[in-house]
Amino acid sequence: MTQKAKQPGAPDRFEVRLSGAGGQGLILAGVILAEAIGTIDGKNAVQSQSYGPEARGGASRADVVISKEEIFYPKTMKLDLLLALTQEACDKYYPDLKDDGTLIIDSGMVSEPPTPHCYGFPFVQLAKSEIGIAMVANVISLGAICELTGIVSKHALTEVVKMRAPRGTEEKNMKALEVGFKIAKEAKNQR
Amino acid sequence: MKRVVKLLQGNEACVEGALMAGVRFFGGYPITPSTEIAEGMARRLPTIGGRFIQMEDEIGSIASIIGASCAGVKSMTATSGPGFSLMQENIGYAYITETPTVIVNVQRGGPSTGLPTKVSQSDTMQAGHGTHGDYYAIALVPSSVQEVLHFTIKAVNLSERFRTPVILLLDEVMAHMREKVDIPNPDEIEIVERKRPTVPPDWYKHFALTATGVSAMASFGDGYRYNITGLIHDELGFPTAEPSEIVAMLDKLKQKIVKHAESICEFETNGMEDDPKVAILSYGIVARAAKQAVIIAREHRLKVGAIRPTAIWPLATDSLRKRLKNVRQLIVAELNQGQLINLMKQHIDQRHTEIIPLQRYDGEIISPGQIFNKIKEIKHHGSEI
Repeated sequence: MTQKAKQPGAPDRFEVRLSGAGGQGLILAGVILAEAIGTIDGKNAVQSQSYGPEARGGASRADVVISKEEIFYPKTMKLDLLLALTQEACDKYYPDLKDDGTLIIDSGMVSEPPTPHCYGFPFVQLAKSEIGIAMVANVISLGAICELTGIVSKHALTEVVKMRAPRGTEEKNMKALEVGFKIAKEAKNQR
Repeated sequence: MKRVVKLLQGNEACVEGALMAGVRFFGGYPITPSTEIAEGMARRLPTIGGRFIQMEDEIGSIASIIGASCAGVKSMTATSGPGFSLMQENIGYAYITETPTVIVNVQRGGPSTGLPTKVSQSDTMQAGHGTHGDYYAIALVPSSVQEVLHFTIKAVNLSERFRTPVILLLDEVMAHMREKVDIPNPDEIEIVERKRPTVPPDWYKHFALTATGVSAMASFGDGYRYNITGLIHDELGFPTAEPSEIVAMLDKLKQKIVKHAESICEFETNGMEDDPKVAILSYGIVARAAKQAVIIAREHRLKVGAIRPTAIWPLATDSLRKRLKNVRQLIVAELNQGQLINLMKQHIDQRHTEIIPLQRYDGEIISPGQIFNKIKEIKHHGSEI
């Protein structure tokens, strides 16, 4: 994990928001991330989501707070990592990101990133071209987050994606994860 | 045995706890933010020989669990504020008939249908005094998903032990957030069963006055004949207007709970070891922000502590006063316009401890920063911290 501005009272705390449009599987991605970190990597993770009418359609989000220590306050305060799969989500949640936080966008969907200092990957396009279904963009994103930040181990993420994938889609999801690992590795090497 | 660790929502942990405690009947009517409890029970109970019924409304739901419990089955329902209000009449019936039941209230904003998807602690008073008449409630207030599991088991156990309804008071945030839960092995948890009669049916008194205040309970169909009614009754369950019998029965309802307040309500404290003069008192989800605020304050060299009861009905007042012995200023943080604070004012000597409100009722939870600002404010007003 890269050195980040410390959260008062919780130096080890790392806050993630996965955002995009309703239906892109971001809540599930948040659950997968928290489950991998919490039940396999052995750290603590709390997952929460916006709930209610505002969560139906429009921008959708899942938040995950991660720490080696006990997590007291369960909600996010200032994000260390923001994934934005749509322009709307990016505009809405970018102000919640720490100054030195990491922004990852879908470069095919977010045409006007709020800062040049971000990672851009065409997640949805890759999901269609490499895997054949747009639905796995969430899993590709998780692969990329894993490779870029190390907040979750590859082993844990792979196990949980395998477990959570609907029957018959395991192979496609595994492949999506590999695509995520690969594109992030290339981006890291380029920097 | 290998330990099982799962990522669960608060509502899911409640289902796990209930099943482990032996709940085999659930009668309910789905309502946000408690619906996942009904969903989980509907899925799980039929697979283990239990019964799930979706009733026509919350009045029917509470009636069904009272009936099921009379038949000898550990029973539970789950709802939120609007449903909890509808249930009040029959909750009173469960108190006076001394029928073990567990009622989960996942708090959302009110009054009325209020704020279906937003967090609140505004049923704090209702949990203790929702239905009319003199009675003494038990309301447990967990603070993490792990505790939701354990407190659900505890709620079932207390209801069986004291033959009384027990309220498990959650809130929208705890119900929906997912957290790591260590699933206990069956041999690690204590399961309490209600006391059954050992006397022949002719001698049986369903409401026998005993030293503990708790009477043995025969189930319908066991061959023991008895009457149950919402009217004040004698030991056999028949209505009475005899003053001495009225007092005996109401004292029975009271004593069996208040005598055990100290063991029902425990306290978790943070940073109270070095006798801080300023402390934060809160329950449930708010207590987590308070713990974080204590750490932040101490990073700023402000000596502050936090104290959290695990039950708000009954409050262990002796133990509370002991813990606040050196506290000069107590911040009472809660998600309502001031309910817990009134309870505190009742029990704490305000000539010794100033009670300071911190209230939020906009549908969001209190943040550590908000509590820390309050602490700074106290400091700013010249208090020694």
